[in-house]
Amino acid sequence: MPNNVDTPTEEALANNPVHVDHLLLDGELAAENAWCVSYDAANLPEQRPAFVPLALWQANKQDEELAPLLLSDTELTAELAAELNPLPAVAIDFPSFTDGRGYSLARLLRERFEYAGEVRAVGDVLVDQLDYMRRCGFNAMALRDDQHPEDALRLLNSFSVRYQTDVEERRALFERRLTTSE
Amino acid sequence: MYRYDIHDQTLVDERVAQFRDQMDRYLAGRLGEEEFRPLRLQNGLYIQRHAPMLRIAIPYGMLASYQLRSLADITRRYDRGYGHFTTRQNLQLNWPAQEDVPDILAELAKVQMHAIQTSGNCIRNTTSDQFAGIANDEVEDPRPWCELIRQWSTLHPEFAYLPRKFKIAVTGAAKDRAAIQVHDIGLRLWRNEEGELRVKVLAGGGLGRTPMIAEVVREDLPWQHLLTYLEACVRVYNQFGRRDNKFKARIKILVKALGIEEYRRRVDEEWAHLKDGPQTLNQAAVDAAKRHFPEPERRPVAESAIADFERLRTENRSFARFVTNNVTDHKVPGYKAVTLSLKRREHAPGDVTADQMDAVADLADRYSFSEIRVTHEQNLVLSDVPVDEIEALWNELEALGMANPTVGTLNDIICCPGGDYCSLANAVSIPIAQALQERFEDLDFLYDLGPLDLNISGCMNACGHHHVGHIGILGVDKKGEEFYQISIGGNSTDDVSLGKILGPSFFRQDVPEVVEKVLQVYVAERHEDEHFLDTYRRIGLKPFKERVYAK
Repeated sequence: MPNNVDTPTEEALANNPVHVDHLLLDGELAAENAWCVSYDAANLPEQRPAFVPLALWQANKQDEELAPLLLSDTELTAELAAELNPLPAVAIDFPSFTDGRGYSLARLLRERFEYAGEVRAVGDVLVDQLDYMRRCGFNAMALRDDQHPEDALRLLNSFSVRYQTDVEERRALFERRLTTSE
Repeated sequence: MYRYDIHDQTLVDERVAQFRDQMDRYLAGRLGEEEFRPLRLQNGLYIQRHAPMLRIAIPYGMLASYQLRSLADITRRYDRGYGHFTTRQNLQLNWPAQEDVPDILAELAKVQMHAIQTSGNCIRNTTSDQFAGIANDEVEDPRPWCELIRQWSTLHPEFAYLPRKFKIAVTGAAKDRAAIQVHDIGLRLWRNEEGELRVKVLAGGGLGRTPMIAEVVREDLPWQHLLTYLEACVRVYNQFGRRDNKFKARIKILVKALGIEEYRRRVDEEWAHLKDGPQTLNQAAVDAAKRHFPEPERRPVAESAIADFERLRTENRSFARFVTNNVTDHKVPGYKAVTLSLKRREHAPGDVTADQMDAVADLADRYSFSEIRVTHEQNLVLSDVPVDEIEALWNELEALGMANPTVGTLNDIICCPGGDYCSLANAVSIPIAQALQERFEDLDFLYDLGPLDLNISGCMNACGHHHVGHIGILGVDKKGEEFYQISIGGNSTDDVSLGKILGPSFFRQDVPEVVEKVLQVYVAERHEDEHFLDTYRRIGLKPFKERVYAK
């Protein structure tokens, strides 16, 4: 398989579980972020509520204070989507802000599998990515610790125009132009 | 020529505001170097060897005269009064101040231009045939399709952080002038027996350090599905392309690793969900795009004027040379496309001064409906010149130093900026081009050699497309010293091939001599009128190798 895996670094595991203060939720700064993110694939964290790696969540479904963390290399099959669909929240990991796989995962969850719960971006989440994340279906973004929440609010909606369809806009601009102009 | 409406204008204006905000945060130390990098790259801003470099998008190579004037103005105010046209039909400024870039982008937005996605790991400027819309052999004008692709790919929310850069080229002609087989995605528009427009989709071509020829993903995609199919192709790449090694991250490596059948299977599986979805094109949307590219109001050219033009060709040897090499047939009788050579010894290949830009804009206004095209061979084209005005245009081009009658010859060198400017380069490339142009400036000799592509790259990133030059030159670094590897037999058109390396690399000063030896073998071995590439294909590498490395 030519695709590389999303494995947490030793440094990340040393700081596990991760908790960040600033969470954007449905376009606003959340009063608090209760959830931590645990990258340890073998052991459950002590803190709750927690996003934990998919397989660990699958093995501990009875714990309602756990939710799945999808690493960026997750292959989102129909079976997996069916398993996720009833859940209130799913996290998608950005191991590095340059790893763009999470955008595809979020779109697939929303558009193909019509997942309606929270889709949260976690990991290397920067304010300059939020506009694209929102369009791909993330409604929650846990900002990397050094990011300024006021920047996040300002940059969440950087554009009033879009050419493509996305999770929010179901008509491409070429289609909308036909009905608005001429 | 595509004209922005309020949507396009708003988008580029908002993009300028976004980048200004990012630059402000960067300069204030609130945005780190590493985090700023992809943001500036996706706005065309590189940090270069001596200064930042700004790459301005010229979508599928089309420029209006007012835009070229604005570019001239920008190079005077923000740079050193010249620009460099690239092999991807863009324009690079070599000396802008980093903090001025938001202002430059704002100036560009005023003339419906931008630098969006001219760099970075995203979908880049779509390139096409410089003779689009006027070529004799055209099945379908690719420009409206390129524009639809431009819009689809611009600020695509899912594909801004691909494993690596992603380049799409489109041709709608029988002869491929867009090098579609060496792009990440190559598209060929064609018509089936029923006359219906189809798209042949190629994937996995590319140059760089692992050059590969693209393979066919789909032979006969109905045009309605172009965007959904592209979305499937890129989504599979986004998910499965390698991200652990940037030298193995291009789609060509994925296609090679999976095999074309498996890549196709995954794309089709993905596409099954996207097909007939909201990005499916319809006739009205395509017609709207096509209305941006109307036939210009060409005046009728009298038969007698055409006859006069042909007679002048026989009477005036210099004019005949210019016409043979720099003038291309047009689908409309009485009209021709004229290529303005940007290859002169005094300048790097593709370089144009601000004054020349202004002058070319004036020529475009007077001779060719105010439009200019940029070619991937780094020249400019006036696409609609009536034959009875070609002589006058030729005289004006002579005065400008742009009538060098060597388009398509050995002297029409494709060349990257190289070590003089680029921080990636292993070696200089412009001085090599200049040395070769100096050595081979005798026009009779050049014409006798016939069509010959000589391409130079200053490093294995291959911006100068050396792999597909009939003669390719690659700068390599060996223990801090510049050497040059020479390959022959590459070609970027329909019968595409990658050049084969002659052998051990050469010192810089020996390059002209080596090229001369290669040419001597060709001249000695060729059959009557046989082109360099054909001779090479017939006799192979060995005779060239023996001559060049003879003790």
